[in-house]
Amino acid sequence: MNKVHVTTTVNGDETEFLCEPQDTLLDVLRNNLGLTGTKEGCGSGDCGACSVTVNGRLVCSCLVLAVEAEGKEIGTIEGVSEKDHLHVIQEKFLEHAALQCGICTPGLIVSTKALLEANPSPTEEQARYWLAGNLCRCTGYDKIIRAVMDAASTMRGGA
Amino acid sequence: MSEARDFKYVGTRSIRPDGFDKVTGRANYGADLSLPGMIWAKILRSPHAHAKIKKLDTSRAEAHPGVMAVATFQDFPSVSHEAIEAGEAALDLLDLARNILAKDKVLYDGHAVCAVAARTEAIAEEALALIDVEYEVLPHVMDVRDAMKPDAPVLHDDMFTAGLPEAPTTASNIATRMELKKGDIEAGFAAADLIVEREFYTPTVHQGYIEPHACTVRYTEDGTSMVWCCTQGHFDVRAATARLLKMDLSRLKVIASEIGGGFGAKTTVYLEPVALILSRKTGRPVKMVMDRSEVFRGSGPGSATRSKVKIGVKKDGTFTAMQAKLCYEAGAFKGSPMGPGCMTVFTPYDIENAYVEGYDVVVNKPKVAAYRAPGAPQSEFAAEMVINDIARQLKMDPIELRLKNAAKEGTQTLYGPKLRPVGLIECLEAVRNSEHYKTALKANQGRGLAAGFWFNVGGQSSVTLNMNPDGTATLVEGSPDIGGSRASMQLMAAETLQIPAEKITPIVADTEMLAYNGTTGGSRTTFATGMAVVEAAQDVISQMKERAAAVWNVTAEQVDYADGAAINTAGDGRLTVAEICAGADRTGGQISGRGNINARGAGPSFAVHLADIEIDPETGHSKVLRYTACQDAGKAIHPSYVEGQYQGGAAQGIGWALNEEYIYNKDGILENPGFLDYRIPLASDLPMINAIIVEVPNSFHPFGVRGVGETGIVPPLAAVATAVEEAAGIKVTDLPLSPPRVLKAIQEQSNG
Repeated sequence: MNKVHVTTTVNGDETEFLCEPQDTLLDVLRNNLGLTGTKEGCGSGDCGACSVTVNGRLVCSCLVLAVEAEGKEIGTIEGVSEKDHLHVIQEKFLEHAALQCGICTPGLIVSTKALLEANPSPTEEQARYWLAGNLCRCTGYDKIIRAVMDAASTMRGGA
Repeated sequence: MSEARDFKYVGTRSIRPDGFDKVTGRANYGADLSLPGMIWAKILRSPHAHAKIKKLDTSRAEAHPGVMAVATFQDFPSVSHEAIEAGEAALDLLDLARNILAKDKVLYDGHAVCAVAARTEAIAEEALALIDVEYEVLPHVMDVRDAMKPDAPVLHDDMFTAGLPEAPTTASNIATRMELKKGDIEAGFAAADLIVEREFYTPTVHQGYIEPHACTVRYTEDGTSMVWCCTQGHFDVRAATARLLKMDLSRLKVIASEIGGGFGAKTTVYLEPVALILSRKTGRPVKMVMDRSEVFRGSGPGSATRSKVKIGVKKDGTFTAMQAKLCYEAGAFKGSPMGPGCMTVFTPYDIENAYVEGYDVVVNKPKVAAYRAPGAPQSEFAAEMVINDIARQLKMDPIELRLKNAAKEGTQTLYGPKLRPVGLIECLEAVRNSEHYKTALKANQGRGLAAGFWFNVGGQSSVTLNMNPDGTATLVEGSPDIGGSRASMQLMAAETLQIPAEKITPIVADTEMLAYNGTTGGSRTTFATGMAVVEAAQDVISQMKERAAAVWNVTAEQVDYADGAAINTAGDGRLTVAEICAGADRTGGQISGRGNINARGAGPSFAVHLADIEIDPETGHSKVLRYTACQDAGKAIHPSYVEGQYQGGAAQGIGWALNEEYIYNKDGILENPGFLDYRIPLASDLPMINAIIVEVPNSFHPFGVRGVGETGIVPPLAAVATAVEEAAGIKVTDLPLSPPRVLKAIQEQSNG
């Protein structure tokens, strides 16, 4: 047993965990910390269901080793809403019916949040290419893109 | 139901009640449950397409530190060939057992051989390498055409073709042959001015749900068991698992987690019985989660097909004869969707003379599962391609040609019933009137149109509506919510009770809380479970009328119900739902309604899709420029989620047409078991998908609902392939129209 002790910040909370050297950040979020909002769809960085941010940068948590979280700030879907109300992006996903089964939704929302932080005024094409790493099999993306564009517009208006 | 009715809640775009949990990550899916003391199990899978298992020795794995148990086929109680119901298809119990743990032989790359349970997932993985299997590799057959040849390697020496005039004496890969006939096919072709015949191939495709199969199970010392899993039908998981393990249904509780997509494929079992065997052996809860390559290699994809379609037509466009030969790959065990493929192939058309023959054929690939309108996209693709070819040769508008022959109320279908009112003509007209149809095309661009049909089914649904003392309600249903059905159920209950939708909380109950519910499949849920919801709500209303009658000392017949209140027609008095429920303790106890039904009268749904494609002649790449999906919903209970079904079906069909295929090497090993190489459409691949809802009500449903989930995947294959033919000036035979294939066809065209 050669567990590694890691100190990190998850959604603003100081967090410590023990992990195997080969554990991914996704494994630890889901299995050690109980943060199952981050989903595993492929384990190879192709589907984006496990999207999280590490120091603000959007990554697939299945491609990050848990030990790399040392000293970093991790952001997951559980940290997107604020106290008793949803984030605008979450509200727009609901309003536009931008989810069917919902398994890709946490990843898409984390990814959209990162998009709008990097580019508050994306074109439809920019949004489509940014989200090209987040697979959705249910919706054909139409309502997702509408939700993203509406969220961008609302967030710009509210700023 | 010819006139439109006004609805207060039905037809609105409410916020789905399960949405908050799904946008915040709180919703729990198949892999999200962990239990105290839980261990993990993994499956060893065949590295061969076809091989005899000469030796299976698990002793080294069992001795590995941390390994707790091993499961093989021998752990099933004796099972034999017998039919069991599972979702949209019947399964054979022995085949099911042999598919989830191989017996004597492996029949495809990825076929489960045995399972190992260990303290951690990593240890279980490690231990797989310690299992000694000695294989004798057998010749394999990967294509339906080859598998049908008399000298093909035979997968099952106890399988003899059913449906032949004389019972055969030699085993064959052809499980079943069927035929459907109407009129005089020869006379029909003799009367034709033009006959077009073409052959097509569609590849093995995967449903591509983002959530891998997963379960957590727990066996208790008293013999009761719990299964938590992602499934379209937990009652059918219970049925299959209990039959395999010889358990009473009452001792097996199955809880449907939230489900991350299924599209027909999560209607059977792969992991659940295996996990339960391991839990029994170890006394520990067991969790199993497939990885993505296991999903591709070891779950049930959609059938590959080879088909030939021949259609005769008069100069004016009237079809005189339609004929098809349809060969479906079942994968390693019988049971492709050949039947529905044959039944749907020509249903969009009112024809006198038709002949269809179908073959269900085993090959060394995973046993197929249902995939959205199972069988129909493949067969209707072939028919629609030929029809578009006819339109081209007759220089007729493809919509005009279809309107001339379109199925309508009274049309005698080839498969059985006469059609009641249906919306195909309305869909054709709606697409003709769309902006899209009027948009001009430029160089290297092409347009394709196709129609599609799917039956839709009804079936059994059981619902309880529990009224709370404050007049709010809990709607207990048993249909896993795969795309917003809780919202539809909530709206239908609200409409019936005439109380606001947010006063009603819909929940999906486990198998112990309700009588049997059929699987969410066959586009049945909004129709059939919706009917059960309405029946339960009406039951509540009649009870509330009785309670109000008791308060007023009148008969229940003297009480009306409107706008969420009982009204005394024999005097003065109005009692709201909240008032009646608050007083329920004084009028006979709490109120709950029940709707346990076997719904008949599902309304078929027709669709018409229009695709514009631009070809890059340098690379052969197809870009989807514009797309319109129009379909008859009967009545759209929640229009956003109806549109979502159209758009999602279109996107899957576009992927099927342009990119998706299982690629096997010469040894029969799957080379692309991942999302990088099995490429489903990305956000950057698609335009907005214009969804047009046509509503021709289904008179058998209280609000006019038809199912909408499946038809939308039927038309895209031919719509897209025709657009590619038009844009590139090529003739399509094989899907997918991936860039190399299209480029090759363009080059052959210019060289030829």
